[in-house]
Amino acid sequence: MSNVNIEREIDRSKMEVSDEIAIHISDMNKWFGSFHVLRDINLEVRRGERIVVCGPSGSGKSTLIRCINRLEEHQQGKIIVDGTELSSDLKNIDKIRSEVGMCFQHFNLFPHLTILENCTLAPIWVRKMPRKEAEETAMHFLEKVKIPEQADKYPGQLSGGQQQRVAIARSLCMKPQIMLFDEPTSSLDPEMIKEVLDTMIELAEEGMTMVCVTHEMGFARQVANRVIFMDDGQIVEENEPKEFFDNPKSDRTKLFLSQILGH
Amino acid sequence: MSNISFVREKAIPQSPPPITESNSIRWIRQNLFSGWLNSLLTILSVYFIYICLRDFIPWAYGGIWTAGSIRECLDINPDVACFSVIGARWRQLLFGFYPSEEYWRPILTFILLFVSIAPILIPRFIKYFWFSLIYPGLAVWLLWGGSIWPVFSIYLALVFGALGFFIAKNQLRFSSGFSLLIGFVSVVVYFFFIAGPFITLFKYILPINLMFIESLQFGGFLLSMIVGFSGIAASFPIGILLALGRQSDLPLVKMICVGFIEFIRGVPLITLLFVASVLLNYFLPPGTSFDIIIRVIIMVTIFSAAYMAEVIRGGLAALPVGQHEASAALGLSYWQAQRLIIMPQALKISIPGIVNTFIGLFKDTTLVSIISLLDPVGLASLIRADQKWNGIYWELYVAIGLLFFVCCFGMSQYSQYLERKLKTDNS
Repeated sequence: MSNVNIEREIDRSKMEVSDEIAIHISDMNKWFGSFHVLRDINLEVRRGERIVVCGPSGSGKSTLIRCINRLEEHQQGKIIVDGTELSSDLKNIDKIRSEVGMCFQHFNLFPHLTILENCTLAPIWVRKMPRKEAEETAMHFLEKVKIPEQADKYPGQLSGGQQQRVAIARSLCMKPQIMLFDEPTSSLDPEMIKEVLDTMIELAEEGMTMVCVTHEMGFARQVANRVIFMDDGQIVEENEPKEFFDNPKSDRTKLFLSQILGH
Repeated sequence: MSNISFVREKAIPQSPPPITESNSIRWIRQNLFSGWLNSLLTILSVYFIYICLRDFIPWAYGGIWTAGSIRECLDINPDVACFSVIGARWRQLLFGFYPSEEYWRPILTFILLFVSIAPILIPRFIKYFWFSLIYPGLAVWLLWGGSIWPVFSIYLALVFGALGFFIAKNQLRFSSGFSLLIGFVSVVVYFFFIAGPFITLFKYILPINLMFIESLQFGGFLLSMIVGFSGIAASFPIGILLALGRQSDLPLVKMICVGFIEFIRGVPLITLLFVASVLLNYFLPPGTSFDIIIRVIIMVTIFSAAYMAEVIRGGLAALPVGQHEASAALGLSYWQAQRLIIMPQALKISIPGIVNTFIGLFKDTTLVSIISLLDPVGLASLIRADQKWNGIYWELYVAIGLLFFVCCFGMSQYSQYLERKLKTDNS
């Protein structure tokens, strides 16, 4: 597990947390077959909050955030995103998915489309945006993630870090209210991790609501306003980063932190 | 004590790669005579090629083109090919018993075929795609003839259906499924109430007619092309739908698709063709006559659609699940994701298999000779039954083989071009 240091000073002027609830999860349970993968999850995310979810592998943290945009279906409990409840109603699901951006561990760019086409596809087909406008938006966000010069290349021609930044830009083109990150740096080299984290920090500085599954404890300490530790499909501990790292309450949290920070 | 520390002071600049010597003697030595075993194999191969061609080349090259019958050929020189049969019967091999004064119609159809597939094969011409849509109707009218209005009215039916669908969807704001139903109903209404009077009226006002030609007069390579290309054009979309259906979450759709694919794949094409030629008429209501060529096209289409579905399913299975997830996470609907993300990649992966199936289908059209349709192979038997050409074998089959080879090789070359063009990674 790498712990890339974040050297820069973080601009906290716009990082405000409002009272409005962006994601509300209550008594949520999920099974894979007979395996109880998420147990009694209760979580509230306010607009502007930056949550880091961590925990050992197999603890259900990815499954949890994938439930938020229904890439996984929960079997019990309630998930309300932006005031819309996730049910089997396809209209609600599509609506929520177009408001919630997501970045994956393996980027999942579309290899048969150029970088620019990757970014304009969803705005054009889902938002019905005119092509020209979609391209302008895409270029704006590609500049933001600092790779506008790659717009006409294909994903296969980019490095991992560049691909992940494109993936972030692609999500941002839909102007999402909430961003989900599913281990965005886990398959990258340290040098590339930093460039992706920088992009994520900039996003946080602009007040984006973010839920990140990550092992980057430096990022969690500096950027998150809440850290959630999961084990065995349950939320074990939840606290502000400073308290969480300096003064963990549960034994399992202590063990986990000693394992990933201990070397 | 040795010093192990090392610091590079100056970066090494890029330099061009070494020039590999490309002269031909070196190439021959490296590739053909690199060791005693390779040298031996090279010599054996060259000898093998020699004995293959030793007899064939003089036989083919010295072939007689002008004799009037096989007897004359044998009188001139019994050891060379008697291509005269092709000179005498090429019209039949190409067109069957299509009336010769109407040959311009299949020829025009053949030329227009290339015009109509250009927008599909070459992205630059995509704006002429409308012609690809008009072409099937135009081809049917050109080939079979009769009045243009029945064909036209089928297109009009599609227009009616589309109109019904879009009015329901955009003006009345019904759901897609219900709009589809309305579109379908408007097609049915059209056929029951409008089509008949429309055709009669326009036949009277504006008679545009070509001489009507019966399906049984079709034959030769024309027949192979009609069955082959219709089969290819129709089996591709059906194959895609079957492949998607087989992966569907809806149990009924999945069951129907799996059942269809497994049944059709488990049955020889010959049996399907027999069903088309003999059995189908028992099942249809008495009095309905259903054109034999259309029956054959339907059978060939469903046969290769089943294979196509499995080929495309292979491509679908090769896609990482992340592609589905990423398209879903962006809010694309199922059909949008299929059309924009999944299918373009799955089809690209399955190009070799798809073209393989196309080529197989095209060659399988020669099986129609068994249900006594006169494709080139059927005609070959017919020509050999003629007293003048009784006893001729090789020349006819070489010519037919060459005709098929050119078409199949063309398809294969196009597929390789497409694979190179669609390559988007560095490897």
